[in-house]
Amino acid sequence: MALAKREPAASGYDLGPLEFTGSQMIWEALLREGVKIVFGHPGGAILPAYDALAEYEADGRIHHVLVRHEQCAAHMADGFARATGDVGVCIVTSGPGATNLVTGLATAQMDSVPVVAITGQVPTNLLGTDAFQESDVVGVTQPVCKHNYLVTDIAELPLVMKEAFYIAREGRPGVVLVDICKDVQIETGIFRYDFEINLPGFEPWPEYSPESVQAAAELLNESERPLILAGHGIHLSNTSEELLQLVEKAGIPVVTTLLGTGNIPETHPLSLGMGGMHGEAFANRAVQACDVLVAMGMRFDDRITGRLDRFAAKAKIVHFELDRAEVGKNIVPDVAVIGDLAETLPAFLPQIKERRHQEWVDTLSEWRSETDEADIIQFEVEELIPPFVIRQLWHATEQTEKRVIVVTDVGQHQMWESQYYIHEHAGMLLTSGGLGTMGYALPAALGAQMSDPDALVWCVAGDGGFQMTLQELATIQQEKLPVKIAIINNGFLGMVRQWQQIFYDKRYVGTPILSPDYVKLAEAYDIPAAVVRHPSEVVSVLEQAHKTDGPFLVDFQVKEEVNVYPMVAPGAAVDELIRRPKPGYVQGYSGVQPSW
Amino acid sequence: MQYTLVAWMRDKPGVLNRVSGMLRRRNFNIDSLQVSHSETPGISRMTFVVDGDERVADQVVKQLRKVVDVTAVEDITNRLAILRELALIRVRTTPATRGEIMQFAEIYRAQIVDVNAENLVVQAVGTEDKVDSLIELLRPFGIEEMVRTGRVALCRGDERPKRTKPATSIFKAAASLNGSGHGDPE
Ligand SMILES: Cc1ncc(C[n+]2csc(CCOP(=O)(O)OP(=O)(O)O)c2C)c(N)n1
Ligand SMILES: [Mg+2]
Repeated sequence: MALAKREPAASGYDLGPLEFTGSQMIWEALLREGVKIVFGHPGGAILPAYDALAEYEADGRIHHVLVRHEQCAAHMADGFARATGDVGVCIVTSGPGATNLVTGLATAQMDSVPVVAITGQVPTNLLGTDAFQESDVVGVTQPVCKHNYLVTDIAELPLVMKEAFYIAREGRPGVVLVDICKDVQIETGIFRYDFEINLPGFEPWPEYSPESVQAAAELLNESERPLILAGHGIHLSNTSEELLQLVEKAGIPVVTTLLGTGNIPETHPLSLGMGGMHGEAFANRAVQACDVLVAMGMRFDDRITGRLDRFAAKAKIVHFELDRAEVGKNIVPDVAVIGDLAETLPAFLPQIKERRHQEWVDTLSEWRSETDEADIIQFEVEELIPPFVIRQLWHATEQTEKRVIVVTDVGQHQMWESQYYIHEHAGMLLTSGGLGTMGYALPAALGAQMSDPDALVWCVAGDGGFQMTLQELATIQQEKLPVKIAIINNGFLGMVRQWQQIFYDKRYVGTPILSPDYVKLAEAYDIPAAVVRHPSEVVSVLEQAHKTDGPFLVDFQVKEEVNVYPMVAPGAAVDELIRRPKPGYVQGYSGVQPSW
Repeated sequence: MQYTLVAWMRDKPGVLNRVSGMLRRRNFNIDSLQVSHSETPGISRMTFVVDGDERVADQVVKQLRKVVDVTAVEDITNRLAILRELALIRVRTTPATRGEIMQFAEIYRAQIVDVNAENLVVQAVGTEDKVDSLIELLRPFGIEEMVRTGRVALCRGDERPKRTKPATSIFKAAASLNGSGHGDPE
């Protein structure tokens, strides 16, 4: 491939027109967007771009992380984006490379994570001919992207790149895919990046109406039993601080969604933790009993609302939300405040009266005391149960000075993590909430660690999900990343087994799962590892993991048939929940049905 | 009930697919969808007839607005608007029936645009109701082939949609869903 005449990509980013190949334009655009790390996997249709990458890698301007499966490139970009708050980038080839991305893109889009995906496409003259490794990537990914592009003309490439980052970042974040034909990568054209973005149909930051804020304040000020339901939007808008001020000024308890975990410190007396399907009974009762529910940056997902027509039936609902389309989608609020929480919350705060709501808070404390600590951490000391492991993990990470990031996979362990780990701030937990993608944790942990090599990153995965993406252990080693891995190994696709136990008469079809010897597996990748079978070993092994420089894997061989409680059955109202068995009740092989 | 929505979008490859894909994915019930040029070069215009309640219509409007290439969306259901559809209907004829068919066409101010020994083509323009009832009248004679454009709509005089950015007014329960939900033009 003949390289074009060009100016070296100056560090000062000369904004004047430059002559570049399409391939170079990709990297030049990434540099101008502040991207230093990309996650990818090469192949024929993206080869020109990889060839051009050589120069950018050579002088350290861009680092490419070679993934072992393209799904993981998207998850890594996602983990990177969640940990930094900025766009994560992945780059793969056409056809199978691009279709492998889809799960990762859908995962990021569902959770409003900014990701830009670059895919190679067959040359323009072969488009539509079922050429080798051709697939309709724009068609396939359209439903799981905020927006996507097919680039068939080099003249469009710079603007498309700029728009892609703009759309991914601005407003409610999301996924933008840019599919670039191979001949466009090879051709030479004029590169500039000083465009004004002009997208009349894109309204990322709707302006809030002051009247709506006032109406919301009036409702809240009159309330005797107010409750805040805080979602991912608080973290995305970086308004945890304002939320805490509001909560303390007006004495309002807070329930969070899974992605809103840690929006206010979970040790705060007004924090009720997570609500919904596996939320604590008192959190869900609070939702059902409140008279004004202020939902902030959340979308009334079915996992949080349970049966919709019985959700918060006594409450007037106020919905603070950036994405207009989320307002009225599942729940029609009494007052909607559409706009950026970073603007609406500060406008709201001074209009809120100082209150204590003592009676309401006392009621909640009483409900909370019915679920006492013994009930929550129902340890059976002789047997290793997951809640204990998680609580000990929290104790172990609590002591570190480092920034702690916990990345969970999907299943029972994910719910136990959200229940028993105590999150001190938003953004501590990265998890696939909307799509619920098994296999997410390991690659996302890797992406998060790439963004912050000094952070203490724990990947907490089940034996099922871990086996979906464990090939990335090689990537961890190749990148020399100190990711710590906890496998909650219960011999089952545990969450599905739990449903089979409760709703399908305990017929365990397709859920018993064999694992390899994880210590040997880790050894094969030259990763130190340990197995834990007894509660007494947990603390010392976690210590060992923390003392070890570099990665460490722990195979927690936990008791098999333990269930996640409380549980709201799908279709039930959130207060019709299956409570935790009383202390002393032994979950497990006994086959005894819980007391509900 | 039926809602009439008008959307304007950048005339780019795949836009129709983006819009129809979104409507399918979100399980909206669309009775008809019509695409054409608008008065502005580079901007296409779509007219949708949506079957559903107020909340469905509200969601369709909002989800359409989220499609990046869609530049504006307007719910003109409650505006004074000219609603029209064009139909071409090929009806079987015999020497005995031809006259009667032509009379019916005339009553409906439809035109005969093609005549053969065995059939003729009626071109009807009007509201869907009017086209429907003409079709019912013609059906007994034997309709051999038919095509309908689906609804197109244009607001009258002062009722012209303003196509400005939607307002972010407050949202008082379902009753005023239209007010803010649809984002009335400022
Ligand atoms: C890719 C994918 N496939 C299937 C599922 C359905 N699913 C949800 S949880 C779960 C079990 C997960 O098992 P494991 O990883 O061992 O975690 P555990 O529940 O045992 O903690 C399954 C199969 C899913 N969420 N994602
Ligand atoms: Mg398991």
